[in-house]
Amino acid sequence: MDTFLRLILLQDANTRVVLLGAALLGMTSGVIGSFAVLRRRALLGDALAHAALPGICTAYFVVGDKSFTAFLIGALIFGTLGVLCVSFVRTHTRIKEDAAIGIVLSSFFGLGIVLSRIIQNQPAGNRAGLDTYIYGKAALMVNQDVALIALVAGVILIVVALLFKEFSLLCFDRDFAAAQGWPAMWLDILLMALLCVCTVIGLPAVGVVLMAALLIIPAAAARFWTERLSLMVALAGLIGLLSGLIGTAASAMAAHFAAGPPVVLAAAGFFMFSMLFAPRRGALADWWRRRKLRQRIAMQNVLRALYEIGEAAGAFERPASFDQILSSRAWTAPALTECLERAVRAGLIRGRDDRYVLTDAGRREAMRVVRAHRLWEIFLVEQAAIAPDHVDRDADQIEHVLPPELLARLEERLRQEGRLPAPVPQSPHPVGEVAP
Amino acid sequence: MIAMFRSNAALETPAPAAGAQAAPAVDVHDVTVAYHRKPVLWDVDVALPRGRLIAIVGPNGAGKSTLLKAILGLVPLASGRVEILGRPLSQARSMIGYVPQRETVDWDFPVSALDVVLMGRYGRLSWCRRPRRADREAARGCLAQVGMGDFAGRQINQLSGGQQQRVFLARALAQDAAIYFMDEPLAGVDAATERAIIDILRSLRSAGRTVVAVHHDLQTVSEYFDHLVLLNMRVVAAGPIGSVYTTENLQQTYGGRLTILDEAAEALRRAGR
Repeated sequence: MDTFLRLILLQDANTRVVLLGAALLGMTSGVIGSFAVLRRRALLGDALAHAALPGICTAYFVVGDKSFTAFLIGALIFGTLGVLCVSFVRTHTRIKEDAAIGIVLSSFFGLGIVLSRIIQNQPAGNRAGLDTYIYGKAALMVNQDVALIALVAGVILIVVALLFKEFSLLCFDRDFAAAQGWPAMWLDILLMALLCVCTVIGLPAVGVVLMAALLIIPAAAARFWTERLSLMVALAGLIGLLSGLIGTAASAMAAHFAAGPPVVLAAAGFFMFSMLFAPRRGALADWWRRRKLRQRIAMQNVLRALYEIGEAAGAFERPASFDQILSSRAWTAPALTECLERAVRAGLIRGRDDRYVLTDAGRREAMRVVRAHRLWEIFLVEQAAIAPDHVDRDADQIEHVLPPELLARLEERLRQEGRLPAPVPQSPHPVGEVAP
Repeated sequence: MIAMFRSNAALETPAPAAGAQAAPAVDVHDVTVAYHRKPVLWDVDVALPRGRLIAIVGPNGAGKSTLLKAILGLVPLASGRVEILGRPLSQARSMIGYVPQRETVDWDFPVSALDVVLMGRYGRLSWCRRPRRADREAARGCLAQVGMGDFAGRQINQLSGGQQQRVFLARALAQDAAIYFMDEPLAGVDAATERAIIDILRSLRSAGRTVVAVHHDLQTVSEYFDHLVLLNMRVVAAGPIGSVYTTENLQQTYGGRLTILDEAAEALRRAGR
């Protein structure tokens, strides 16, 4: 509890520094990760991060001591080397990019693990703290480290802000950008370089294993909330920032706890929330839309069934029995009961003793529905050459979503041919039989 | 007479470099392109006239899209060179408009129809410069020209295939180019969109612009275009549609006359492995 209070109140100078570093890192990853995801380069960031580990080990061999700057330079060199390897394998062999990434990622990471074991078996090896680079230990960051992170983050954010137009064009349509005369290849390389640098400065805090998640997840989460690129980039930055803060704070509360996993879990939490609850693209919104559509279709089918029963009897005022409605279509009794209840509540149908009749409002709505259905059927029979006995089923699936302009065009055609004396056209097939 | 003179003068816009008065719109010299050592274009040598609607027609895999990309510098040339309005490509970028195949981009990208059209104006903006109000106005105008004025704010994933194609065309119009290259602009679009696009191509022609389009439909090619390039890895025939659109030429393009070339290409590919 004491630790928690000290953390929340930012009493500890070192905690403030660490949290600042993690926040900056998360924000930058979210921003540059958005472009990486949109350019379909997200997994390349993963290869890059893993490929950095042998670089860190090599830096230790060369410098002979623990040095943040040397580690980052080593990571940068090997990360770039890894990306170049992927690019070489992809362009000079017939191996596809995903396989190339898999090969490079695991080979470099394997090499890194071997090298780090060798170092740790040396007398002074344990002090190198190489393990912290595998899963990340933000709490070990000191002022200088965070100053470097701030500098790099600042440069990346400024470049992205300046080249926003160029990067978005590149990510959307590289060929068009090249045809306009933009140096698409160099822009691609610059974007990769920024991704590279961002990944490398993130290694001490998040670790090579999970760094890619911080590039991909905030961007993917942000995409759920907006259809505007600038907003998506800003939101990804915010989600990254919050993930960095929350995850680092959580890891700081436990003494020997790596920072990478909680940071990534925080980001994953944002992603889950976005995926479920985002208003337009989210899973719940999607489910709700589908449910509404299903209900609308069921309701329209009930109205049409009642209309056609009335039409066949020549009297719309005569109530139809539940069984009569049930046998007019291939639907289940519980589904029909539920739908009839909804239609009654909506004032479209009156029902008593299992016998139902359309209200005035219900009949108007039913006429509209039947009209759409038959116009579409006639179109399918005459224009799309679909057999009349199959047309009912095909019309069923699409008539509920036909736009009014299209219906008006269909109707205009019939009117010109003088075939639209009644508000509702004749059915092109016998009514009353269940479609096969 | 005066009107005719004017339209002829329009053919010259933008003014070509000195000494290049008679240069064709596009001059392709002995271009060969290969993917993974497999030749896609062999020794293509063709000059495309100005102010015409030019169709590139040929069977699947004939290298039609590749020819466009080779002209635009999007694929490396194994040999040969391309001139546009008598200039090398690097000096002609601002005179070029491009409509790529619709499937080449991700239509779930987070931008609106207007954003996409605005990209057509990026070519005239320098580095780091954001589009201004005038660019937005121009882009809106281009959207209206293709009958999509009401869809400016619509997300591109909410557009139908035909509407997406119109947005791509509007983006090219926003480039305000002398020569337009279009890769299958009529593929998979509805009848209304096809008519709208053809109307726009014709008005481009009457403004003296040149349109080079990959076209897949032999039925409509002589109705829509006035100059034809028949392509199957090499140029089978090129010229005004009346003289080129013959049964013999079409048979040569689509028929089995190219087996020796195919076999040679296959042998070359195997040797290169």
